[in-house]
Amino acid sequence: MPLFAFFAVDKRQMLTLTLEHLGLVGISMLIVVATGVPLGILLSRRPGWKGVVLGSTNVIQTVPSLALFGLLLPVPWLGARADRLAIFALSLYALLPVVRNTYVGITGVDPPVREAAVGMGLTQWQLLWHVELPLASHVILAGIRTATVITVGVATIAAAIGAGGLGEFIFRGLAMVDNRVILAGAVPAAVMALSADLLLGLLQRTLVRGQH
Amino acid sequence: MSGGWVACRPAMSDSAAIAIEFVNVHYRTNGNRELISGLNLAIHRGETLMLLGRSGSGKTTTLKLINRLLSATEGEVRVDGRVTTEWDAIRLRRHIGYAIQEAGLFPHYSVEENVALIPRLEGWEPARIRSRVQEVLHLVGLPFDQFALRYPDQLSGGQRQRVGLARALAADPQILLMDEPFGALDPITRAELQQEFLELKQTLSKTVVFVTHDVAEALMLGDRIALIDSGRLIGVFAPTEFLRSTNPAVQPYVNAFRAGRQILEPGG
Repeated sequence: MPLFAFFAVDKRQMLTLTLEHLGLVGISMLIVVATGVPLGILLSRRPGWKGVVLGSTNVIQTVPSLALFGLLLPVPWLGARADRLAIFALSLYALLPVVRNTYVGITGVDPPVREAAVGMGLTQWQLLWHVELPLASHVILAGIRTATVITVGVATIAAAIGAGGLGEFIFRGLAMVDNRVILAGAVPAAVMALSADLLLGLLQRTLVRGQH
Repeated sequence: MSGGWVACRPAMSDSAAIAIEFVNVHYRTNGNRELISGLNLAIHRGETLMLLGRSGSGKTTTLKLINRLLSATEGEVRVDGRVTTEWDAIRLRRHIGYAIQEAGLFPHYSVEENVALIPRLEGWEPARIRSRVQEVLHLVGLPFDQFALRYPDQLSGGQRQRVGLARALAADPQILLMDEPFGALDPITRAELQQEFLELKQTLSKTVVFVTHDVAEALMLGDRIALIDSGRLIGVFAPTEFLRSTNPAVQPYVNAFRAGRQILEPGG
């Protein structure tokens, strides 16, 4: 097949690495959403913690990704498996946009709307579920969208610690000084990032329209 | 309304006749600024009491002390004879309808869903909810068929206020709190809604506490007017008493009201 001939890599290996990559990104994003959204909700209830939480997630983002993987390597349980370590590091990395957008989305709900809801006798959970989360949903999703695109890119670095994924081709290509092999990793990763962006963008638009 | 209700202090101490009572209530902010000082006020069942005052006088604070959006730092607020801190806050609020200036409609819910929310959370049967929504929308002059499926941003300001009122009435509370509900409306729509409120008041016979800074509105809609200035209750007056009052704190309001009239009817 001419396309694979161009990339100078094995078709089956490309599929395997793409799936690995998808696995790293998918699991990391599940963790990020499962922790980041509750964390953002918590911040909206305890604004005093905002500085600490947003600050530390912000600091994590400033650590170069390669360094973050390296720094976590000696950590006992984490460092034992490369994929475990990679997923942990990727989740840390992607946390900020999700936490921040959840916080911003919830605190951005129009004050009279919240006041009416509380004054009518909604409990904190009902306020969250019936009012705040639906109204914040498209902002939260925008955060998830940003985080996903970042993660697809950063996950290529995971190959440096042996966690697999499309980064393998990139590192191999660099070592072999063969651009075609580098592209065999970079092009599918780019396609993955773009399609994730597109899909989540579509979902976001549906949500906005669903809001009415 | 009954003329026996005009006294400043309640003549009868019969608690069944009193829906809401403030007993020596103080409210201070966290910054220790006193917004309400020594408020004593009894609101009778079935009356419409207007809380009149300038911006920042403490009218809205007083209102929020009733449904415990704020809690008194000193003294007691009683609703139906029970101190509000003894009530479960959620039960207390569902027992009281609440309508505010910007209406605060949920933008992601249709008119029907907005009005139906509290009955739904209270676990009413769907059929009962639907008929109740139809009933209250009809009360506020919005035909169900025409408005049920619309969203708040497809409504005019006046229609939004009507929906806000319908929502406050949905679970049939005996007490209704209204915080400048017509404040943001254009004069014509406001006059329309005021007129309809007067009619509604007759049919529903709820206890209404209504915050306003508009003297004319207070005189037109209220059975009694409680004048609040800098967190203190100046007095409670029937509309006619208010206009005749020689109290220096009342004078500026009466003058403002008269001045407005004189321009329209010179010499009258």
